[in-house]
Amino acid sequence: MLKNRIIPCLDVKNGRVVKGINFVDLQDAGDPVEQAKIYSDGGADEICFLDITASNENRDTIYDVVEKTSKKCFVPLTVGGGVRSVEDINKLLNCGADKVSINTAAVQNSEVVLESSKKFGSQCIVVAIDAKKNADKWEIFTHGGRNNTGINAIEFAKKMEDSGAGELLVTSMDRDGTQVGYDIELMSKISSKVNIPVIASGGVGNLDHLVDGIKLGKASAVLAASIFHYGKHSIKEAKEYLDSKGIPVRI
Amino acid sequence: MNVIIVDYNSGNISSVVNSFQEVAKDKVNIEVTSDLNKIKSSDKVVLPGQGSFKSCVDALNNISGLVDTLNEFAINNKKPLLGICVGLQMFADIGYEETETKGLAWIAGKVSKIDNQNGKFKLPHIGWNEIKIVKDSKILNGIENNPHMYFVHSYEFIPEDKNVISTTTDYSTNIVCSIEKENIFGTQFHPEKSDKVGLKIIKNFINL
Repeated sequence: MLKNRIIPCLDVKNGRVVKGINFVDLQDAGDPVEQAKIYSDGGADEICFLDITASNENRDTIYDVVEKTSKKCFVPLTVGGGVRSVEDINKLLNCGADKVSINTAAVQNSEVVLESSKKFGSQCIVVAIDAKKNADKWEIFTHGGRNNTGINAIEFAKKMEDSGAGELLVTSMDRDGTQVGYDIELMSKISSKVNIPVIASGGVGNLDHLVDGIKLGKASAVLAASIFHYGKHSIKEAKEYLDSKGIPVRI
Repeated sequence: MNVIIVDYNSGNISSVVNSFQEVAKDKVNIEVTSDLNKIKSSDKVVLPGQGSFKSCVDALNNISGLVDTLNEFAINNKKPLLGICVGLQMFADIGYEETETKGLAWIAGKVSKIDNQNGKFKLPHIGWNEIKIVKDSKILNGIENNPHMYFVHSYEFIPEDKNVISTTTDYSTNIVCSIEKENIFGTQFHPEKSDKVGLKIIKNFINL
């Protein structure tokens, strides 16, 4: 049976982890490579880096991080943030990323998704959808959640599947950082609409939220950041909890 | 010993290279190339493959003499070869992804889309799934039954002779996960992304 995945996400800025695992025995708490290794040794099903480097001069720092991580972690590595073009994707894959997530560029020009999935295969193209509820529908936000495009998120999800996306990483902007749980309605609506796997993101504050994301949100995988970072929960604890709730996980 | 990972522009092979280098350390020489003479003189060959069946077959054919060299290596000289993902699928006679495309025809069979049972099963089949060992295989030495392996694919290899199948997994149907036919090995899953068990399989292949 296919297992539901647990994916810890690390925010990386200028090559350093911004919100990291608060472990005292870490030699360098800001080193993304070392943190990714802790997660993969702890049983993470996949590792996600979100590059939030703002300045263009420092954008190349992520390539070095990906290259070093891929030599130490032998589970899938997904990298997103600031991916604009087929060339950006090519560079990240060559550095050792297994999948690349595309956000703003996919909204501005769906050809990027079409072209890159043809060139590299759907298996490595993840489209990241940042959505916020507005009255009775969800709208797509870009540029790290600053710009409202007015585009219907659920219709957009379908369009991305048709363009060749292999997976969708769906983040609720309303819930992100709140720790009150995923936007279950948004997750389940998108998951029912498309036939590709959906990764739920945004709002996890406890282990029950992970359970809800899979059971109610129908997500194939759950992504979380802060509950793992500050040592609140280990990946192992999360998996054992999901297992106790009857959710198939890799233990 | 020399192990060649065939670089034929089949997409992203850096993870395959990293995992083989991790296992080989300094004891075994891992080389990434499409140089025909180097392939001929190597001890083992790894054939990765990402993207579609058609794009991989086209990429193989685009390098003049490569298919003949691989045939000589694996079929005539019977030296060990490991195909990964589409690398395994290309062993078949024919594939149906994008359009009907001829494969290497090393193992009789076809590559067809996984039956998603009207949307009941999401495709691609992405993630960790348990494999079931149905036959002993040298690359599975020391691996206990039902380990989890990492998959990313929408098409499956259906060999005519079921005796070549060494592991299967349950996703819509019993999907072929690995095969062994004499000196030819293949995995549908990605050993390079399957954590410790995956590295063990790579080690077994290197140590053949």
